Amino acid sequence: MYRTGIEPPERIWWKKVGRHEKVWVWIAFAWCMVLFAMMPLWHLRGGQNPSGIRYRVTPADYQARVTEFVREYQTGTDNGLPVVEPPPGADVYLQASQFAWIPVVRLRQGVEYTLHLSSIDVNHGFSVHPLNINFQVVPGYDYGLRVVPNEPGEFHVMCNEFCGIGHHLMVGKIIVEPADEAAADEGGDR
Amino acid sequence: MKPFRSCPTTGFKVHRAADQLIKANAVVATVALLVGGIAAVLVLLTRWEAVLLLEAQMFYRMLTVHGMNMLIFFIIFFEMAVLYFASAVLLNCRVPAPRIGWIAFALMVIGALMVEWTMWTGRADVLFTSYVPLRAHPLFYLGVILFAVGALTVVGHFLAILVVARRERTYEGSVPLVTYGALTAGVIAAVTLLHGAIIYIPTFLWSLDMMNVDPQVYRLIWWGLGHSSQQINVAAMVSIWYLLGALTVGAVVLNEKVSRTAFVLYVLFISMASAHHLLVDPGMGPSWKVWNTSYFMYMAVLASMIHGFTVPAGTELGMRLRGAVQGLFGWLKRAPWGDPGFSSLAFSIVVFGFVGGITGVTFGTEQINIIAHNTLRIPGHFHATVVSGTAMAFMGITYYVIPLIFRREIAFYRLAKIQPYLFAVGMLIFSMAMTFAGTFGVPRRHWDIGFNQALFQPEFTPAINLIMGVMAVGGLIAIAGGAIYIVITVVSVFFGKRMAADDSGLGATGRGLPPGITHPPRPLTPEDGEALKPSGRLGPVPGTMVLVLIFLAAFITYYFVNWKLLSFLWQVG
Repeated sequence: MYRTGIEPPERIWWKKVGRHEKVWVWIAFAWCMVLFAMMPLWHLRGGQNPSGIRYRVTPADYQARVTEFVREYQTGTDNGLPVVEPPPGADVYLQASQFAWIPVVRLRQGVEYTLHLSSIDVNHGFSVHPLNINFQVVPGYDYGLRVVPNEPGEFHVMCNEFCGIGHHLMVGKIIVEPADEAAADEGGDR
Repeated sequence: MKPFRSCPTTGFKVHRAADQLIKANAVVATVALLVGGIAAVLVLLTRWEAVLLLEAQMFYRMLTVHGMNMLIFFIIFFEMAVLYFASAVLLNCRVPAPRIGWIAFALMVIGALMVEWTMWTGRADVLFTSYVPLRAHPLFYLGVILFAVGALTVVGHFLAILVVARRERTYEGSVPLVTYGALTAGVIAAVTLLHGAIIYIPTFLWSLDMMNVDPQVYRLIWWGLGHSSQQINVAAMVSIWYLLGALTVGAVVLNEKVSRTAFVLYVLFISMASAHHLLVDPGMGPSWKVWNTSYFMYMAVLASMIHGFTVPAGTELGMRLRGAVQGLFGWLKRAPWGDPGFSSLAFSIVVFGFVGGITGVTFGTEQINIIAHNTLRIPGHFHATVVSGTAMAFMGITYYVIPLIFRREIAFYRLAKIQPYLFAVGMLIFSMAMTFAGTFGVPRRHWDIGFNQALFQPEFTPAINLIMGVMAVGGLIAIAGGAIYIVITVVSVFFGKRMAADDSGLGATGRGLPPGITHPPRPLTPEDGEALKPSGRLGPVPGTMVLVLIFLAAFITYYFVNWKLLSFLWQVG
C-alpha cells in the first residue's frame, strides 16, 4: 500500500524498486557518467582548458615583473597606458589592480603566448570582450595561460569580479594583428 | 493552557512551543524577504541601462543588502521554521528545550541586525561574497558568526527533537520521508555552517589586523559555506515538494529506498560543492577541479534527477490511484491548479529542473565555466534554482502554514491563487533573459555595461539592450508577485480571520483556505492499488516518464551546444 511523504512508513523500507523507476535511475546514472567523462576527454582532445601554469607570487614581485615586461617591449601608449608588443611565444604579463589592466597588449593571430594574470590588490575577473573568455585573478597567485588568438581584432578586457567602487571603470585592451599582416611585417624586418 | 493542541485538519498533536518557534522564524524570514525585495527593485532598475537608477556606490551597497537578506537571512530563517515543523509537528513531539530555541533565535536576530547595520551605513560594501582582501567592518563578520552559531544551535535542537520523538515513541515505524529529507538538510546545514565558522572567524580576526587570510584559501572555504548552503536549500525544497504533494493531491512515495538514498547522496558529497566557484581559479589543478565539481562523478546531480522523477511520479500515481487515469496527462488536467500550494509545487519543479538544473550542471563543467564564470549566466542560473525553486516552494507551503500553524485564514485568497503564476512567469522571463545576456559575456555585479566613464568602451551587440529590458520586465513581474506574497502573509498573520481551535475547515467554501484543507485528498486504502489498471509499456506513471525524457533531451541539447560554443574560442590552457 502506498503512503504519502508525511506518513511514517514501516521500520524496514528497503524494498524492491519498480521496473520503470529503476530504468530512469539507470538512464540518469549513465548520463552522469557522460557528463563526467567529457571533462577529462576535453583535456585530451579539446582546445580550451583552465589548466595553465600556476605559481605563487607576491604582489610586489609580480608588479616588478610587469614593469620589466613593459620596459622591454613597450612600443607606444594608448589612453595613458603603455602599449606592449611582445615577440611570438613570449611570456606576457598582465597586471590587474584597482581599477586598471596594465599594459595594453599587441599579439599576433595564430601564435601561442603564455599570458600571465595576477592582481596586486584584491580579486579581479579577466573577461575578454566580445569573446567571453573568463578567468579569476587572485592576488598572490600567477595564472599562466597558454593562449592562441584565432582571430584578429581589438578586444577589451573587462573586470567581472567586484573589486571596489570603481569596478565598472576597469577596462583594458588586447589587440590581435592578422596572421598575414604579421607575416608581412616579419618579411619586412628581414 | 495545555502544552499541546490537536490539529483539527491533520490530526497532528502540536506542541505550542513548536508553534511559536515556527511563527517567530517565519515572521523574521518574511521581514528579510521584504528588505531584500526592496533592494531587488533598486538593483534591477539600475541594471536596466535605460533607467540606471542608483549611483555606483549605492548600487553595490544595495546588491550586498539584496544578497545577504535573500540568500542568508530569508532562506535560513525559513529553513529553521521548516526544521521545527518537520520534526516536532510531523512527529507529534514536544520541543525539549524551548529556551534554547529562543536563545538561538535571538542570536540569529542579533547577528542579522549587526550585518544590516554595517551594510546600510556603508561599512560593508563588499557584496555577499566579501572576498578577502576587500575589507568590511569587523561587526559584519562577527554578525555572520553569531547568526551561524544560532542556526547551528537550531540544527542541534532539531536533532534532539528527533531523538526525543524516537525515545518517547510519538510515531510508529520510521520517520516520514519529509522529516528524513529535512534531516539531510539539517546535516548539510551543520557541515555548511562549520565551513562558515572556519572561514569567518579568521576573517573577523583579519579585519582586526590580528592575522592574515590568503585570498585563494578564503575563496575555497567560503564557497564551502556559499555553495553548500544552496544544498541545504535543495534538500529543504525537495522535502517541501514531497510535503506539498502530500497535502494538495495526496502524492505517494513510489519507493522509500530510492527517495531516501537520493537524499543521502546530497549529504555525502556536499563539501565538494566549493569547486563550482573555483573552476577558473589559479589555486587548484584540473584533476581537483574535475573530481570536485562533479561531486564525485555527478552523484548529487543523479540525486536531483531521481527526485525530479519521483516527485512528479508520486503526484501522478497519487492522482491515478484516486481516479485520474485518463490518458498520459489526464492527471495534470484534473490537478488543482487553483490551489496556490499545488501551482507553486508545479512551477518550482519545472523551473528548478529545466532552467536552474540544466544551466547549473552545464556551467559547473570545468571547461564550460570559461564561458560562464562571473557573467550574468550565473545569477540567471541561481535565480532559477534558489528563487524559482526554493523560494517558490517556500511560498507555496506558506499557504498551508498560515491556516495550519498560525490558525488564520488567508487574506485576499483570490490574489493568493494567482500569486504563484505571477511570480513564476516573471522569474522565468527574468532568469532566462539574464542567462541569455550572460552568453554574450555581460558581467554580473556590474554597475554600467555602457562603460560611460571607463578608459575604453567595449560595446555589446545592440540586442543586449533589448534582452536587459526583457530581464527588467520579467524581474518587475516577479517583484509584483513577491510583493503580493508579502502583503498576503503579513495581513493574514496579523489581521486574518482567526480559526477556532476545533475548526478543521473541512468542506468549507468561499473561505480563505486552500483546497488541500477544505477538500483534502481521500486517504488511500489497500484496494486502491488493485483498482489501478495493469500498466502499459510506459509503466504505472506514463505521463512522468514522457516528461522526464523531454527533460533529458533538453539537458543533452543545452549541454552539447555549450561545448560547441566553447570550441570556437581562442585555444587556451
